[in-house]
Amino acid sequence: MQPNKRKISKYLIPVFLLLICVAYTSYSVLGQEHHAEVDTNSLAAESAHAQLENHGATAHDANKHEVVGAENGKLDAGKLIMEHIADAHDWHIATIGHTHISIPLPIIIKDDSGVKAFLSSKFEHGHETYEGYRLEEGKIVAVNADGSINQEASFYDLSITKNVASLFISVFFLCWIMLSVANRYNKNKGKAPKGLANLIETLIIFIRDEIAKPSIGPKYAKFLPYLLTIFFFIFINNLFGLIPFFPGGANVTGNIAVTMVLALFTFVITSVNGNKSYWGHIFMPPGVPKGLWILLIPIEIIGMLNKPIVLMIRLFANITAGHIIILGFLSLIFIFGAINTSLGLGVSVLSVAFTTFMNFLELLVAFLQAYVFTLLSALYFGSAVEEHAHEEHH
Amino acid sequence: MELVKPGLGLLFWMTITFSIVLFILSKFAWKPILNSIREREESINNALNSAEEARVQMSALKADNEKLLNQARAERDLMLKEANDIKENIIAQAKKSADEEGRKIIAKANESIESAKIKALNELKTQVAVLSVDLAEKVLRKKMEDRAQQESFVNENLKSITLN
Repeated sequence: MQPNKRKISKYLIPVFLLLICVAYTSYSVLGQEHHAEVDTNSLAAESAHAQLENHGATAHDANKHEVVGAENGKLDAGKLIMEHIADAHDWHIATIGHTHISIPLPIIIKDDSGVKAFLSSKFEHGHETYEGYRLEEGKIVAVNADGSINQEASFYDLSITKNVASLFISVFFLCWIMLSVANRYNKNKGKAPKGLANLIETLIIFIRDEIAKPSIGPKYAKFLPYLLTIFFFIFINNLFGLIPFFPGGANVTGNIAVTMVLALFTFVITSVNGNKSYWGHIFMPPGVPKGLWILLIPIEIIGMLNKPIVLMIRLFANITAGHIIILGFLSLIFIFGAINTSLGLGVSVLSVAFTTFMNFLELLVAFLQAYVFTLLSALYFGSAVEEHAHEEHH
Repeated sequence: MELVKPGLGLLFWMTITFSIVLFILSKFAWKPILNSIREREESINNALNSAEEARVQMSALKADNEKLLNQARAERDLMLKEANDIKENIIAQAKKSADEEGRKIIAKANESIESAKIKALNELKTQVAVLSVDLAEKVLRKKMEDRAQQESFVNENLKSITLN
């Protein structure tokens, strides 16, 4: 025990000192520029966030900070957090001085006149109108010739947003890992796995033996590829969401569209594989007087639809909540810093400590939510393919 | 409530991306990985089973060997015993026949001694008879001449006869 304790305390003091230094530097920057520029909050926020390695630090869009900062020189934490959580049409990387470094992402719009594709930099962060569209609060809106917003115009926004781009990156990463692992298995067939393959195999066997086999039963092999895919997909995207800078920083699994697609896949697979007894339980509840069917069938249908909705909301809410808490802790620094620099300095130590703790918690949640989503999907598949041998006893 | 309103673009791209990922991973990653994991597990199971089998066979073999050894030992003992018996028999028989032979030889010797004795006696008898007859003859001859002479003669003869 003794050497261990000594080891931790050896690191604890320098880390603490470093944190205080970082916080102090960011505050002196803030203090100097606070009166001169309204925009400096975002700069200070950027530098502090980036150095403290905290979650989602770079995520807020520079153009929005101008808006945020312009309100009354104070940080609107709620708005900042919501903007981080939400999607965006460019990928903000860092702000150095007054220059915002961000990657413009492709805008793809399908309307009556066909498909329009151009880079989001054409919008000049919402200042310009291009091809009859402009960015309004980060959303694409159609505008009339005179510049007013056209509410009636119907178009489909299929842009590669930040979340889509992040999705592509993480998916590429996922495929790359899994294909290289598969390749290694093909190369040394029958040998014990090594390195990355060993790690992945542990997870694969965990999913097969602890999730698929007990939840689905003997027909588990058919669903195993899907379960493995959603598990690793959610896990990797959760982890990417925890990286505060470029390849990560987006909030993919905390976006309801993403979780909705995942839940729909589970729902469709459940429904397609549902056997006679699964549908029988829903539309002809066994062992119940026929008069009660009128009451029970709607309940069963709601229950059936409820499952994917619960899946969708659980993942979305868990990941989003984690992001909000982390950003909230970090915003505390700037809220207090705006009142008094030294107060902000004091709070920053606490905030960073809490954020660090939350980051570890989020690592756990990243795994846990991937596990829960996979487990529940497996349970739904299990209920769809289960043979109800006990039906006669009802 | 922008947060809980799914964006169309993201829905669209997510569906496409996820379908592709599901396809690629199922076909090129999970299939080979799961197959090789299963194969490895099977081969490990087989190896364990065959080891167990070998162990059982080994012990059976050992028991067999033990049995064979015991059998061989018993056979050897039996053979030794038999050989011993045979030896004793031979010795006993040899002794018996030697005894008999000896007895026979002694009997034969006795017989021939007896017969030689009888023969000698018979010869002696005939000798005595011849001598007596000769003597008688001489006596008779003398008697014819003179009494006195006869008597002296007999006496003389009697003197000369020495019984050998």
